[in-house]
Amino acid sequence: MQFFGGSEISPSPPAPTASGNNGHMMYVFNRNGVCLLYREWNRPLRTLDAQQDQKLMFGLLFSLKSLTAKMDPTSAVEKGNLGMPQLPGQGCSFHSFRTNTYKLSFMESPSGIKIILVTHPRTGDLRESLKYIYNLYVEYVVKNPLYTPGSPIRCELFNTTLDQYVRGIS
Amino acid sequence: MAAICSLYIINKSGGLIYYKDYGSAGRMDTNDSLRVASLWHSMHAISQQLSPVSGCLGIELLQADTFDLHCFQSLTGTKIFVVCEPGAQYMESLLKFVYELYTDYVLKNPFYEMEMPIRCELFDINLTQAVQKDRVAFLGR
Repeated sequence: MQFFGGSEISPSPPAPTASGNNGHMMYVFNRNGVCLLYREWNRPLRTLDAQQDQKLMFGLLFSLKSLTAKMDPTSAVEKGNLGMPQLPGQGCSFHSFRTNTYKLSFMESPSGIKIILVTHPRTGDLRESLKYIYNLYVEYVVKNPLYTPGSPIRCELFNTTLDQYVRGIS
Repeated sequence: MAAICSLYIINKSGGLIYYKDYGSAGRMDTNDSLRVASLWHSMHAISQQLSPVSGCLGIELLQADTFDLHCFQSLTGTKIFVVCEPGAQYMESLLKFVYELYTDYVLKNPFYEMEMPIRCELFDINLTQAVQKDRVAFLGR
């Protein structure tokens, strides 16, 4: 049985055009693991309800960050135990992983904001795109005096601009 | 020739059955390599659950700042993954070749017990040769 989240999941946009809409979904987390934004464009498969999905995604990212910091083959310093929280920017961090059905691109700002973009597997390097999305977040969300840090993002201008930008990513 | 830092083989339960380090600076002790292998097993499974479309088989490539991790999963659940420098090519071919070595020298060994750590000398020798060989040669297989 499939579970459907509440109002957090926006209606899917129209079917992708010939130019290709490669985005599947996007998450934004703050440093405490709260999901500030979940944006979905094309997601036929759902295995969990929205809240569990977001928690699982954050747990995956946290553990992968810990794993990559531990596995860093170029650093001989003491890395501490697996699972120890890492400060943003500390140690080696991953920026993407690919499976046969999707590619997940990841960016973490020095303040701990995590931006995750899930696209089709043949997408190229999206690090610059995620930095641009972070700039959109700063311009439309952080600079919005009505926005309370730590609360979910409900800014229509940010959503519209984000949708336009992600649609153009190829 | 791109550098290969380490190679792991884990069984279908996530237990580490083979670990080979090729001289990286971030060498791990036995306990840490066991933990890393088990953690990778879990991450691989979770990535399947988070897929937006059906038919996901798990992470094939993890790209980090200082390394890439290529992973191959056999139909029976054995995973072979290699940590190499970013941008290294032909890792998929190498992993398939390592899988051939695994089936030839480990699974066909009558003294080898399934799911246990690999201690086969012929496997070690051939694996070392494969890692040092020019990987373009694997393309024809």
